[in-house]
Amino acid sequence: MNTLFDKIWDAHVVQKVENGPTQLYIDRLYCHEVTSPQAFAGLRERGLRCFRPKQIFCMPDHNTPTHDQDKPIADPISKKQVDTLSKNAKDFGLSHYGMMEPKNGIIHVVGPERGLTLPGMTIVCGDSHTSTHGAMGAVAFGIGTSEVEMVLASQCILQAKPKSMRITIDGTLQAGVTAKDMALYLMSKMTTSGATGYFVEYAGEAVHNLSMEGRLTLCNLSIEMGARGGMVAPDEKTFAYIKGKEYAPKGDAWNKALAYWKTLKSGKDAIFDKEIVFQAKDIEPMITYGTNPGMGMGINQHIPTEETVSKEARDSFNKALNYMGFKPGDSLLGKKIDYVFLGSCTNGRIEDFRAFTSFVKGKHKADNVIAWIVPGSWEVDKQIREEGLDVILKESGFAIRQPGCSACLAMNDDKIPEGKYSVSTSNRNFEGRQGPGARTLLASPLVAAAAAVTGVITDPRDFIK
Amino acid sequence: MKEKFNILTSTCVPLPLQNVDTDQIIPARFLKATDKNGFGDNLFRDWRYDKQGNKTSFVLNDPTYADSKVLVAGKNFGSGSSREHAAWAIAGYGFRAIISSFFADIFRNNALNNFVLPVVVSEPFLAELFETIKSNPKAPVKIDLPAQTVTNVTTGNSEKFEINSYKKHCLENGLDDIDFLLSNKDKIEDWEKKHVQA
Ligand code: SF4
Repeated sequence: MNTLFDKIWDAHVVQKVENGPTQLYIDRLYCHEVTSPQAFAGLRERGLRCFRPKQIFCMPDHNTPTHDQDKPIADPISKKQVDTLSKNAKDFGLSHYGMMEPKNGIIHVVGPERGLTLPGMTIVCGDSHTSTHGAMGAVAFGIGTSEVEMVLASQCILQAKPKSMRITIDGTLQAGVTAKDMALYLMSKMTTSGATGYFVEYAGEAVHNLSMEGRLTLCNLSIEMGARGGMVAPDEKTFAYIKGKEYAPKGDAWNKALAYWKTLKSGKDAIFDKEIVFQAKDIEPMITYGTNPGMGMGINQHIPTEETVSKEARDSFNKALNYMGFKPGDSLLGKKIDYVFLGSCTNGRIEDFRAFTSFVKGKHKADNVIAWIVPGSWEVDKQIREEGLDVILKESGFAIRQPGCSACLAMNDDKIPEGKYSVSTSNRNFEGRQGPGARTLLASPLVAAAAAVTGVITDPRDFIK
Repeated sequence: MKEKFNILTSTCVPLPLQNVDTDQIIPARFLKATDKNGFGDNLFRDWRYDKQGNKTSFVLNDPTYADSKVLVAGKNFGSGSSREHAAWAIAGYGFRAIISSFFADIFRNNALNNFVLPVVVSEPFLAELFETIKSNPKAPVKIDLPAQTVTNVTTGNSEKFEINSYKKHCLENGLDDIDFLLSNKDKIEDWEKKHVQA
């Protein structure tokens, strides 16, 4: 009661259906090419138009290649999905940012950076990482295809209200520890289902000290603990980030919006269904060793031994280590790797490129490493060039690719080959996620940078000290 | 697909297997499609056809059951991935109801959203129904949604089943969530008017 989540949710309730769900008003619907085609087809079958086309934004990101985007997509199935989205947007009068357009990129990167995602909004998309947008102080969550169709048709959705949880992280992070490490740490403690059924608010000094990019990374990974979504109360940092953005309110509208946004925080008397507190000083640079994002550890630690794993979980623990080619009790430091992937809706923002670049500056990419450096959007790409990061990256032996989801889920041709190890800044290390047989180690941009220049798993703090 | 559901009397397709998951209902390689059509043809694809594309002896290929609108399946039907394509395949094939002793949560909702009624019955009722169909493949069941009962017509055994009143109303009237939402556009517009000023 009286939580930030309640305030936004309750403000959007159109009605509570008797003996049924809540009808919730949706401010923004984002569509990408994979989960929207059947929703548009459903609309056509019913002879419907979109109810509020101005509140719907479409862009392809999953299937887009990261090179030669000016040429037609070679894979016919990918091409069809991308072309279908563009046609649907045109037929239904929706904003569409196609491949190569300056506003294109991964939808969860573009929304906040264009000011499309604003505090106090309800935002949905047929994609589980929609939780990202909660970092701006919005209620944002992923939905299924029938639900996409509901929103296209009525700008509303029928939903049961989730429970609320607050995760507080007190104190300050050590040097070399990032928002990504914070999230991987939370997942290792909470497990991948620890927040199932909940909507999470992140609070505490360490969270509020994060940059907006850091908060976006943190909220992005909420879904990997099973949460419906994650959010951070908007503050001066949020307002400064939004001010002047393309779709941000201007003039009088800005002042009015700002006054409202300032009320968006949990009351002192707020009651959460669950409260958890962690200490920032306990968090180290993290790395995952298994095949779900909850199987992570501090980079200097050892993989758990079998005895420490519960009986029921032992089979899947062994299956995971077997897939990864690791043994219980192993240390990963010094382990040779093959690929580094910097990018995705988790770590494809300008701050991630700054962190990576500051680390590799004056050093050189290790010969055994293939590095895929993929900006989350064309805007990020532009910033990289404006700040001269491209020059530093080039001198250090790294080439920048074109924006998109890329190797995060390998729907395009950026696939990690079977059996190869990739230190990835993305969000899922499931079997085959980055390509059939690919072995993914999730980590922060700094850990990825350290691996890229040394060719082995390395604690970035060895260089920072 | 959006036919009203009141009282349905039909023969049944028996599938006495437990834990039939969505990967079996519709294999992953069919997820790249851009429309909802044609999923019925690929329902249980890898059970219905062999690698060469020839029909197998799977129950859906048996002409005895060609007109059945009810699938009777073992416990925990529809587990696995949340893909809505599984419900599209079941509905697309022409099933109007599935009887089982337990359904996976997400599948159950997806089925309802696609006008397929999941009917949860007790283990003994299910076992008896399988027996009845075995001795007479044309044995009918009667599903009475208004009364929330399901009857094995041959033996006369009947059971009550659960459904929330909102969904029941939708099915009885051939309305889905979208119809419901469209039917109260005035409420949506009222909300918008208030909110813009806030
Ligand atoms: S970057 Fe990865 S997680 Fe994010 S939207 Fe794309 S595929 Fe999904």
